[in-house]
Amino acid sequence: MSQVTQAPLGRPPVALAPTQPVSLNINGQAHTLQIAPWTTLLDALREYLDLTGTKKGCDHGQCGACTVLVDGKRVNSCLSLAVMHEDSHIQTIEGLGTEDKLSPLQQAFIDHDAFQCGYCTPGQICSAQGLINEGKAKTEAQVRELMSGNVCRCGAYSNILSAVMEVLNKEGLIIEDKGWSAGTTKPEMAPVEPPKK
Amino acid sequence: MNSFTFTQATAVAGAVQDKAAHDDAAYIGGGTNLIDLMKENVARPTHLIGLKKLGLDTIEATPDGGLRLGALATNADTAWHPEVEKRYPLLNQAILAGASPQLRNMATDGGNLMQRTRCYYFYDLATPCNKREPGSGCSAIGGYNRVCGILGTSDQCIATHPSDMCVALAALDTTVRVSGPNGERTIKFEDFHRLPGDHPERDNTLEPGELITGLDLPAKGFEKNFSYLKLRDRTSYAFALVSVAAALELEGTLIKDARLALGGVAHKPWRDKEAEAMLVGQPATADTFRRVAAKVLENAKGYGANTFKIELAKRAIVRALKQATEMNQVLDTNAFQNSNP
Repeated sequence: MSQVTQAPLGRPPVALAPTQPVSLNINGQAHTLQIAPWTTLLDALREYLDLTGTKKGCDHGQCGACTVLVDGKRVNSCLSLAVMHEDSHIQTIEGLGTEDKLSPLQQAFIDHDAFQCGYCTPGQICSAQGLINEGKAKTEAQVRELMSGNVCRCGAYSNILSAVMEVLNKEGLIIEDKGWSAGTTKPEMAPVEPPKK
Repeated sequence: MNSFTFTQATAVAGAVQDKAAHDDAAYIGGGTNLIDLMKENVARPTHLIGLKKLGLDTIEATPDGGLRLGALATNADTAWHPEVEKRYPLLNQAILAGASPQLRNMATDGGNLMQRTRCYYFYDLATPCNKREPGSGCSAIGGYNRVCGILGTSDQCIATHPSDMCVALAALDTTVRVSGPNGERTIKFEDFHRLPGDHPERDNTLEPGELITGLDLPAKGFEKNFSYLKLRDRTSYAFALVSVAAALELEGTLIKDARLALGGVAHKPWRDKEAEAMLVGQPATADTFRRVAAKVLENAKGYGANTFKIELAKRAIVRALKQATEMNQVLDTNAFQNSNP
């Protein structure tokens, strides 16, 4: 067997990274963390606070799985440093509802079966909550456009749209209804023809 | 990400001093592009200066009847600002055509000007790129260059500026306000971004340490006849292959004033003032628009995979000017963008 030898390091070992204190208000609770400045808000939530509901998907702001609400506005927590959020009010999926009392969006996602694997779901729900807070989406097409920052690998988009539309309709936020609007009516399913022998 | 230190600046002067006191320091606004580049090791600042506590996030009227966008105002707050929606709908449309709601909620107006190209080779540390590593070569020329530029390119770099917002800002004659070690100054938008030439590593004309503090829109917003047409591989959340900001002032069917700028085709938002002059005094017809489109692209150069952009840009210009004339696209309340074919 060949012997594995380690090459000598050509430079002195790098000193431990400097850390700094950061105060974060998450789901109404104050936390002070001692973290390195490059810790993203996403890593702070997951690795330091055990709030693992927020998911890491692409880690580049492309998939939306890490979406949380900062001062009521949806953002990608992977593209933001925790040290940039001193004094911000951060809301994660854990803060939207409780096990006993789900938020209207959480209930709607269950009612509409708006997921398969569920990995993107916390981001989808936080994003939809941000969309409701913004109050700009008035039509189904606008909901689709304003949910485009959240990717679903399972392709549960039609049911996600149904769930979001139901909550928007219940809150009276949809002013125009072109074509089929999920949540108010069910689409007529064409019967499946049996295969011809 | 590499090791770095972070301070939160509380005043512009302090931020500028802090920048001068560190080698390889960087300002960070929303961070949506910089943090991504740091994760890819394309950007390796040793010190970050947070700007969020500077204020500079307001949008207010200027004495000359225009509107000042604070550099730290977010793209979302800018797009949905009542004055922007009412008086500068071209800007509203351009901002909403870009990125995703989450990114627009973080990204700042100053940062939008500072974003780097999305040329694949700029992000790929394994390949040469003159913008990332001056003198190493350009992999996009002769490489996979579908997203690259066709106007104002050089033999050093064919990267494009990726912004939608900046295309509208160029068309609207915006002024950039900056503050730096030598005090404050203003830069005309057309002079802010540069062509690659022999120095593609330089995206803009900012001096070392200078910080964008605001963007001044002049009073004229072309709110009656405008179009932001964005063509891309999918209809949302993708960078432009070609985009066109068109704005017209009409007198009957005659064009009294015109603005025309393109995105996705050059190292900077491509405003063509000669083309604008060609439009003035002419009837707003497809014939006029086709002549102008041919002029805008007359010196365009394709590099293989992106050669299709020349014809695409011509057709996009004609369509955008037609949409601006007829204004039927904004009557479609079913979508925010007037851009989708």
